[in-house]
Amino acid sequence: MLKFDNVTKRYPETGDVLQNVSFHLRQGEIAFLTGHSGAGKTTLLKLIAVMERCTRGEIFLDEQCLSHVKERQLPFLRRKMGVIYQDYKLLADRTVFDNVALPLAIAGFGHLEIRRRVRAALDKVGLSGKERKFPQALSGGEQQRVGIARAVVNKPPLIIADEPTGNLDPELSAEIMLLFEQFQQVGVTVLIASHDISLISQMNHRLLKLDHGQLV
Amino acid sequence: MKPVKRPSKPTKPTVKHDTRQTRTAGGNFIDKLQAYRDHHAHALFSSLGRLVATPFTSIMTITVLALSIALASGFYIMVINVQQLTENLETSNQISLFLKDSVSNEDAARLAGDIRKNSSVQSVKVISKEQALEEFKTYSGFGAAITVLEKNPLPIVIQVLPKNTLKDKHELESLFKTFEQFNEVDYAQVDMQWVERLQSMVEVARCATALFSFMIGLGVLFIIGNTIRLELQNRKDEVIIAKLVGATNAFISRPFLYTGFWIGFISGISAWFIVAILMLILRQPVEKLSGLYEGDLHLIFLGFTETLALLLIASLLGVLSSWAVLVFQLRHTRPE
Repeated sequence: MLKFDNVTKRYPETGDVLQNVSFHLRQGEIAFLTGHSGAGKTTLLKLIAVMERCTRGEIFLDEQCLSHVKERQLPFLRRKMGVIYQDYKLLADRTVFDNVALPLAIAGFGHLEIRRRVRAALDKVGLSGKERKFPQALSGGEQQRVGIARAVVNKPPLIIADEPTGNLDPELSAEIMLLFEQFQQVGVTVLIASHDISLISQMNHRLLKLDHGQLV
Repeated sequence: MKPVKRPSKPTKPTVKHDTRQTRTAGGNFIDKLQAYRDHHAHALFSSLGRLVATPFTSIMTITVLALSIALASGFYIMVINVQQLTENLETSNQISLFLKDSVSNEDAARLAGDIRKNSSVQSVKVISKEQALEEFKTYSGFGAAITVLEKNPLPIVIQVLPKNTLKDKHELESLFKTFEQFNEVDYAQVDMQWVERLQSMVEVARCATALFSFMIGLGVLFIIGNTIRLELQNRKDEVIIAKLVGATNAFISRPFLYTGFWIGFISGISAWFIVAILMLILRQPVEKLSGLYEGDLHLIFLGFTETLALLLIASLLGVLSSWAVLVFQLRHTRPE
């Protein structure tokens, strides 16, 4: 499903952030990506979302090579993954409903279908009833969950999360993790970058540990 | 450590759903078409809503554009009005034969009869000395002065109107030369030359207006383009987020293109009203002027087709400039 093959990412200013990273995530697998801050977790996720291109090596998503994907195909590739960002990346001037509906509107769903799916997604993250609120009116944890709802609303085969529980209390974190497990059960591949060791250790999933840009 | 709490509402183990995501996600063709139409309608009205939400900026931009477009339209109207004037004049290739003082009314009538027989002549009119005097008194404003004179100084005039088919300059000239050589004729004159001069002057004005309009159009293009560029910059976060969740450039461009359309369209309408007001102000003086020349000079305003063309061009300029800016800018707007 997702395959890294000797991937190196070099920035001119900081040198190699990732060095010869190789791993393979099968469909329906959950993996945690851990490591100290600055180990290259965020960079690795950015490579998957093609926000950055790798310097060397190949990344494959469903047999499609991400390193050489054309600009014009990028939107369709990005629809295959739901990305949850550390800084949420919500539209401040749109309601919760509109934020979550964005991927569906982009994919060309009709408004009835959009309404149905958005409600279901918000229900799943425990935000039903907050559709008409604006992101600023929500707490950090709630905004994080709006981001999660937006990432999953399109039912993508791959979910990538960058510190998805960073702003949540332990109880909510656990709920969110359970949610990810539910997605896994229906065949979704999930990659979660986190340094919440206690949470990770509770869950028996594959661990990818980055240390100074290398998998250990 | 707290035990992991199950969610209060256990979600039932979902049926294995379709995780396949393709570019044709979501319903059948009709549904997709409807969604597409809904999306366009949404973009159309939300972009108008955005313009209304920032009235000050919008009014400033639209006023500048409307004045520019009104200027170009005003020049156009001026040219077509003068042109209509010269078109009326075109028919008067009239030749005036001023007869010698010694020629009597009877001789003049006989001469007119001879001229009438010429196949190139459409009509001949004799203006006797007395008629000329009457006309002069009525229209020249020197009526009182002329009565002081003992003798009527005005000659008999024969006005010859050549046939309309006689467009050729040389034919007209040869006709003129024939008349000029008559013994009775003191002086002959064609009212052609100044008409030609006027017409070529109008032609210059028309050409200048076209160039001027082209330049104004270019200006409008850049003003709208810059407005869209600023708007795009203000909404950069939105553009990046949309890109990250898989929006194509076409999807992102749509509301901005509609913004360009609205700016152009509303500016066009405003320009029309500005020109209309100017014409209303000008109408009275022009009609007064027309009355002085006992002419049928009527101000021509933009007709239906021209109004339509004005709005179409303005809207098109809006869309075109937005499109150019978007193509260029979206390529350079990337996440991170």
